[in-house]
Amino acid sequence: MDEFYTWTIKETAEALRSGKATPSDILESLCGRVRAVDSKLKAYVNFDESRSKKADFIKAKPLSGVPIAIKDNISTRGWETTCASKILKGYIPPYDATVVRKLKEAGAIIFAKCNMDEFAFGSSCETSCYGPTFNPWNTQCVPGGSSGGSAASVAADLAVGSLGSDTGGSIRQPAALCGVVGLKPTYGRVSRYGLIAFGSSLDQIGPFTKTVEDAAILLGVIAGHDPLDSTSAPADVPDYTQAVKKDVKGLRIGLPKEYFIKGIDPEVESAVRGAAKKLESLGAKIEEVSLPHTQYAVATYYIVATAEASSNLGRYDGVQYGLRVPSSDLVEMYMKTRCEGFGREAKRRVLLGTFVLSAGYYEAYYLKGLKVRTLIKQDFDKAFERLDVILAPTSPTPAFKVGERLDDPLAMYLSDIFTIPQNLAGIPAISIPCGFTKGGLPIGLQLMAKPFGEETLFRVAHAFERATDFHKKRPAI
Amino acid sequence: MKMKIEDVAKLARIRLDEKEKNKLGKDLEGILAYVEKLNELDTKAVQPTSHALPLENVFRKDEIKHQDVKEEVLKHAPLRERDFFKVPKVIEEV
Repeated sequence: MDEFYTWTIKETAEALRSGKATPSDILESLCGRVRAVDSKLKAYVNFDESRSKKADFIKAKPLSGVPIAIKDNISTRGWETTCASKILKGYIPPYDATVVRKLKEAGAIIFAKCNMDEFAFGSSCETSCYGPTFNPWNTQCVPGGSSGGSAASVAADLAVGSLGSDTGGSIRQPAALCGVVGLKPTYGRVSRYGLIAFGSSLDQIGPFTKTVEDAAILLGVIAGHDPLDSTSAPADVPDYTQAVKKDVKGLRIGLPKEYFIKGIDPEVESAVRGAAKKLESLGAKIEEVSLPHTQYAVATYYIVATAEASSNLGRYDGVQYGLRVPSSDLVEMYMKTRCEGFGREAKRRVLLGTFVLSAGYYEAYYLKGLKVRTLIKQDFDKAFERLDVILAPTSPTPAFKVGERLDDPLAMYLSDIFTIPQNLAGIPAISIPCGFTKGGLPIGLQLMAKPFGEETLFRVAHAFERATDFHKKRPAI
Repeated sequence: MKMKIEDVAKLARIRLDEKEKNKLGKDLEGILAYVEKLNELDTKAVQPTSHALPLENVFRKDEIKHQDVKEEVLKHAPLRERDFFKVPKVIEEV
């Protein structure tokens, strides 16, 4: 049988339109691949082969018959959605998230739910109540997180494309560690309706794909204003697939000196600097830029994000859905339910968020965090007055070993040092493959643009992709 | 600044056993010590940012759209009586 599962979204959609393959050819090929490989990776927490047969195939739609996997914090009507948390086991949403509805309307087949860190709290996909996902390039390593399952599934050809969510790097960091394309759109670009909330002023849904053009296709389908999400922006959605056709001549690209610091892996630094040279050779103008408040981003984030998380997770009380640990006393029931239902990282973050919001500490921590957030945002505003794109590493290191950072929360939090500032500022950023370590692990290049500058990101990312072969290499699993 | 893990856990409605109290208490102290870094910055004249983009409140008409979701919602109730979520007694007897 043809190895249909290796195809991109574009190739799959074209083959289906022209009749070169049928939807069941594609799904059978993909399901065979999942059966052969996923016992080693554990990318999926829920996988339904029968969905291929149920789907109506209407040729005219942009994603007709294209199988897409969805992170388990995005609601799927009639299909268990747990955020990889014990507290939500058995929860079956009575509605589809807007992104899922849009994918279905575009003809896509939603056939799998991807593993993740519990409630998206983590950078390694190890805090899941289902156990960890493993990196397809080296199964002793983590795939990154929190959207580790979404990244690993695309890297290992278990999905043609997938969706994840990004609050502080949860799409870009695993995309970098797994060697695929991952985009965090501008805050408000994609509806969050049906995305189970973590940090509501930071969360954004975005695509994982094998190529930049595929990311442009997927974003075009899921983007746009939604009356059901009052934070979604009423801005028009351009044809992103046109953006990939332009070259980078004359574009001004900045390298922030604060992202090339001591402690960054030398192989990562050299690959990312090499990528900047490549773009220069393609006609872009490279210059140095300073984002002086970068070093405060992680501290700011762990105040703002945990404060929002502690508030958002208040709803898990055992009353209306999910786990309940019975008790004769109501408060006792809450406390026991949340003790049993939340994993350690969820407890850690809810406690931290509760503390920074509590009377007497609110101003010293939470308000301070919001003010520093302003300074971080202003750094970007100023830089984008003269720059089109900022280029940096996605992650300071390649994939790390399973278990290595699990007991050291601060070391884990610092994995996101380069992917947190963009969420605080609300700007779009993409991670694309830009090299490999000597040990064979992928390295990610991060490109950032001003709000609603996704077209510029696709333009630069695609120019780099056209000129290089990193995206063509697949793990030998 | 001293954080009492018992008090925070009570506020957050999470029961912790002794082992967790020790571990999480230590973790939180470490994180809070790291966060102290923000005090290097003078932010007296800085406005706080709670949202990165300029968004305004959105109003809509108060209309009923989904009418048939009652069963779908109630079927998740851990404990149910007729069309109610059943919980332990909330109001104490005088």
